[in-house]
Amino acid sequence: MQSSFGVLDQIIRSFAIVKKDMKIYYSKGQVILMGVLWPGFMFLSFAFGRQMPVETLMPGLIAVSIFFTCSAISPIVFPIESQARTLERLVSCPVSVWTILLGDMLASALTGLIISLIPILLSLVVGVTFVHPWVMLAGVLLSSLCFSAMALIFSFPATSSPAPIQMLSTLVKFPLMFISGIFIPLSQLPSAAKALSLISPLTYFTDLARYAVGGTSYYPALINLLVIIGFTVVFWIVAVSLHNRTLPTRV
Amino acid sequence: MKNQGFALEVKDLTKVFGQLVAVDHVSFQVNQGEFFGFLGPNGAGKTTTIRMLTGIIRKNSGEAVVMGYPAGSIRAKQLSGVMPELSNAYLDLTAWGNLMLVRELYRMPANQAKERAVSLLQQLGLHERKDSLVSTYSMGMRKRLVLCMTILSNPQVLFLDEPTSGLDVQSVRFMRALLRNLKQEGKTIFLTTHNMDEAAEMCERVAIINHGKIVALDSPDKLSITAGRVYLVDVSFDKSVSLETLANLPGVNRLETAQAIEASDRLRAQQAMAGAGKPGGMGGGPGRTQPQMTVGSLAGTAQPGSPGEQRLVMAAGKIPGAEIVEEKKSDNRFRLYTDNTTLLVCSLVDFSRAHSLQMNILNVRPPSLEDAFVRLTEEKSHAK
Repeated sequence: MQSSFGVLDQIIRSFAIVKKDMKIYYSKGQVILMGVLWPGFMFLSFAFGRQMPVETLMPGLIAVSIFFTCSAISPIVFPIESQARTLERLVSCPVSVWTILLGDMLASALTGLIISLIPILLSLVVGVTFVHPWVMLAGVLLSSLCFSAMALIFSFPATSSPAPIQMLSTLVKFPLMFISGIFIPLSQLPSAAKALSLISPLTYFTDLARYAVGGTSYYPALINLLVIIGFTVVFWIVAVSLHNRTLPTRV
Repeated sequence: MKNQGFALEVKDLTKVFGQLVAVDHVSFQVNQGEFFGFLGPNGAGKTTTIRMLTGIIRKNSGEAVVMGYPAGSIRAKQLSGVMPELSNAYLDLTAWGNLMLVRELYRMPANQAKERAVSLLQQLGLHERKDSLVSTYSMGMRKRLVLCMTILSNPQVLFLDEPTSGLDVQSVRFMRALLRNLKQEGKTIFLTTHNMDEAAEMCERVAIINHGKIVALDSPDKLSITAGRVYLVDVSFDKSVSLETLANLPGVNRLETAQAIEASDRLRAQQAMAGAGKPGGMGGGPGRTQPQMTVGSLAGTAQPGSPGEQRLVMAAGKIPGAEIVEEKKSDNRFRLYTDNTTLLVCSLVDFSRAHSLQMNILNVRPPSLEDAFVRLTEEKSHAK
């Protein structure tokens, strides 16, 4: 038995939760549906007819796909596990609340990474070239974590029913999609919408993805990356704080 | 608090839910390697106490230490295993998957954990189904799997919340044998149960909690005698005897006939099988062990005024506090309750001599833990 009980020890223990989540929640067809098909069709329904070049269109599709994949399942893991009493099992094990959240977040981010390959490969098929592939890679990695951390916040209310959580999640996610420069580039957004777009983490990844594809972006790539990191940290702190408060009332 | 060979040290532990004080300044200590029972009626605060000791919920005040570490801390959890009353295994994982999840959460070395998992699955009769999803398991199998998950990490302290409730007789026996083995291995076992026979048989000491407060804490034998007070004397004669005469013998507090004894024994057997105290199960609340009540509730034929029944309602008027006993029909076998066994046995001998009777059975049984439990929890309920 390991004797260490530090942060690294807890991070290692969180990998057990990652594996569990991947087996139970993310290996199902529902993830493909929620992460690729549904946002894909919805995206295309908005994008077609706007005569957007593929260099503008495909980064938007990649962004929507990662955003929806990372925020689709993790918000409902807590209510499901609360209902099934498996959350009680986890809490009684030698793990902190943040360890459980980290596991859920990493599983969600990992799924986002895997699913993002589909629109990226599709982009290559339709002739898109990534002029800054490493920027795209860094963006996908960081935004997967960022969107997953954001999704954790949705699940903080102490309910054992996934329905209200899904509703809350949808209420936040949909408006974000429309203010993040996905369908209309940031430079063409009216000033009010542009101001609103600042509060959406999706804005910065979309902009970063356009830089990775076309070489140009509204904000400098480094700023986009730093803002995504900043959002991730803030989401993480808020999620841990809220769950620390509500977890004892849900087990 | 300092750990001085105690596996558990609890001082003034309190938990409040809104206006309800679920656990009210509870204090006790459990020695390392001790089999400790934590008994109480439904809603008394047993599970809430366990959940605080295992870090599942937070206390409002007081102190709780597990193996020298604050209850709920990572170190305390590493040394503990928790088996809740209801299965909390992942239904969408196999038994093996659940065990390997526990292995990783406790950071057990893979080889050691896998060997132990195989051994436990074999012992608990689940090895052949280890690759089946838990959702396909029966309730008993799930319970056994949860026990496997609980002891896989070789914890020093085991918290078992009604581990045998809802299990069939074979599983109950098996579970008890396994718990005895764990005790022999030196594990500290903190057990909650509604089954008084189980507690009396397994536990070295028991605490009885009622309305969130500990009302008694001692060995089952001592608790039975000091709190139960009333002894049971089973007697059988070779000829018919007058119930009234028998009830009026010096030393008899109360009397039961053969039918009531059978009903009472049947109740005990059902309790042992089904796990008492649950909705749909037998008993559960104070008063369930009152034999004169069981005649009415189980036999169904001794209700006052029921047709076709020979009934006799007697007042054991000679002894202060003697209770009215309902009778279905005369028989030669009786159970007498007394707080003075010497006086009663002498009375029975004199009675037999005077009526030229032979006693086929004369069996004196000390008061049971169940008697003590009912008395203690009833007293406190009435006092409240």
